[in-house]
Amino acid sequence: MNTEMLSDIADAEEGTSLWKDAWLRLRKNRLAIIGLCILLACIVLALLTPLIAPYAYDAQDLDLGATPPSAAHWLGTDIFGRDMLTQILYGGRISLAVGFIATAVALVIGITWGAIAGYAGGRVDAVMMRLVDILYALPFMIFIILLMVVFGRNLLLLFLAIGAVEWLTMARIMRGQVQSLRQQEFVEAAISLGLSPGAIIRRHLIPNALGPIIVYTTLTIPSVMLLEAFLSFLGLGVQPPQTSWGLLISYGAETMEEYPWLLIFPGLALTVTLFSLNFLGDGLRDALDVRGSKD
Amino acid sequence: MWRFISVRLLQAIPVLLAVITVTFFLVRVAPGGPFDSEKAVIPEVKAALEKQYRLDLPLFQQYTAYLGDLASGEFGPSFKYPGRSVNELIGAGLPVTAELGFYALLVAVLIGGLAGVIASLRPNTAQDYIPMSLAMIGICMPSFLLGPLLVLLFGIELEWLPVSGWGDIPGDKILPSITLGSGYAAYIARLSRAGMLEVLSQDYIRTARAKGLPEWQVVTKHALRGGLMPVVTFLGPAFAGLLAGSFVVETIFQIPGLGRFYVQAAFNRDYTMILGTTVFLSTLIVLFNLLSDIMAAWMNPRLRHQLGGGS
Repeated sequence: MNTEMLSDIADAEEGTSLWKDAWLRLRKNRLAIIGLCILLACIVLALLTPLIAPYAYDAQDLDLGATPPSAAHWLGTDIFGRDMLTQILYGGRISLAVGFIATAVALVIGITWGAIAGYAGGRVDAVMMRLVDILYALPFMIFIILLMVVFGRNLLLLFLAIGAVEWLTMARIMRGQVQSLRQQEFVEAAISLGLSPGAIIRRHLIPNALGPIIVYTTLTIPSVMLLEAFLSFLGLGVQPPQTSWGLLISYGAETMEEYPWLLIFPGLALTVTLFSLNFLGDGLRDALDVRGSKD
Repeated sequence: MWRFISVRLLQAIPVLLAVITVTFFLVRVAPGGPFDSEKAVIPEVKAALEKQYRLDLPLFQQYTAYLGDLASGEFGPSFKYPGRSVNELIGAGLPVTAELGFYALLVAVLIGGLAGVIASLRPNTAQDYIPMSLAMIGICMPSFLLGPLLVLLFGIELEWLPVSGWGDIPGDKILPSITLGSGYAAYIARLSRAGMLEVLSQDYIRTARAKGLPEWQVVTKHALRGGLMPVVTFLGPAFAGLLAGSFVVETIFQIPGLGRFYVQAAFNRDYTMILGTTVFLSTLIVLFNLLSDIMAAWMNPRLRHQLGGGS
């Protein structure tokens, strides 16, 4: 226990200079910092939504109907007289939750898979990565739609289905990292000290591959959010009474001729969030000096 | 080269088989039989229907029989619309979707490639920043948002272009093609910029310049081929994305293509239709991935030797 704590502290200290360096570089990238701020604001808003939303989520005023932005309703109301700002706040909660949770699912599967394949090497690696290659070739968008049709449209399945799609690239990145890391002396030292492979992967390999993992995670979240919005737009994702930005855009598109603000505001929310995530991801890639796998 | 192609073809077989198998059993375990919604069906009729759709056979025999059908190019009938088959729908929808996809790809490659190359020639100047900022907008603006916005602006406010249909009124193909293509244009712009920047810093480009070749010849004759490599490898995955994108674009613009049929089948829970279309679309996607791999190998001799190395 004691030695473990000591080595944890040692690990942390070893990491500081690298992270500090990366932070200094990131700080100079104005777009990335703006992205980070917007993202943090979005997260805070999503967490505090029940407290700060100007109206109750299910409050409607049929007599009012759709109204353009006003003092009482900053972003206007929809055809049922529901406050658009409230809708966007609650929709954002779901959109962000899908983005983060599905990415987390992808992260866990991908890192485990890639680390094991890269560490084991040889035939295990060949079989595991061949499977990834095969899955890569599958048309996943079609499969997600199929899953949503067959098993009903529930949110949990959406998390899992999207997570199950996005882990592949993570696995490839992780495997590449582990392969190059395991040749190095500190891993050999750990092996000769008798550490189990699981411990080596957890304590030595994953922490050292954290840079690419962070960068790729930041870039996966927007693509997951986009996927959710895409499915919701088609009516195959988030279902009412819940809402998400994709669903709001879909409603907005139906009535945009008369009430364009119902399309523009949720669209703006989604686009700005995606923007900040992408800029932050690009900034992190430069700051951590990771060669992109995406482009 | 032939060996490369045949290896890749062989690799496509297990993928396709996996698609067919997974889809088949997923659809079969789905809750709700095809005739559940109907009023009480006479037992004889039900038996006849089940026989027609081979539901009376054990599951595994249904599966092998379906594989047999597929081998002879038969994608199966529809549960919801007796008398209509997946083959008919594909026959009606594929030409439309293919045309839409072609125009979208044209938009993507021409605009995206041009923007990327232009940006790469003067990196970190306005000539770089402006197209790349536009590309970022293109990436963050999904087609289901861009489409309605374009309709709102050019269709409803300015009344320049028709807002729906395909081939009915002149000009009605413009907005859908741009909507579908713009996201890929953005990606291609980024890819080609990155690819060109890498190539332009290499020795043989310096040699070409040292020879006294004019800059436009250095770019067109020497740099483009290597610099656009990433774009070619992107075309395979882009095709899959275009198909998925056509689901949305065809829905927005009410275009009678494959994508709209697929979404409708998904909504109607027309299981045989979903099964048939999924298998067909998957085959297309796998073939296109193959094609883009082969094209990439043809353009880059070094790749030809890394047989089966994934992407």
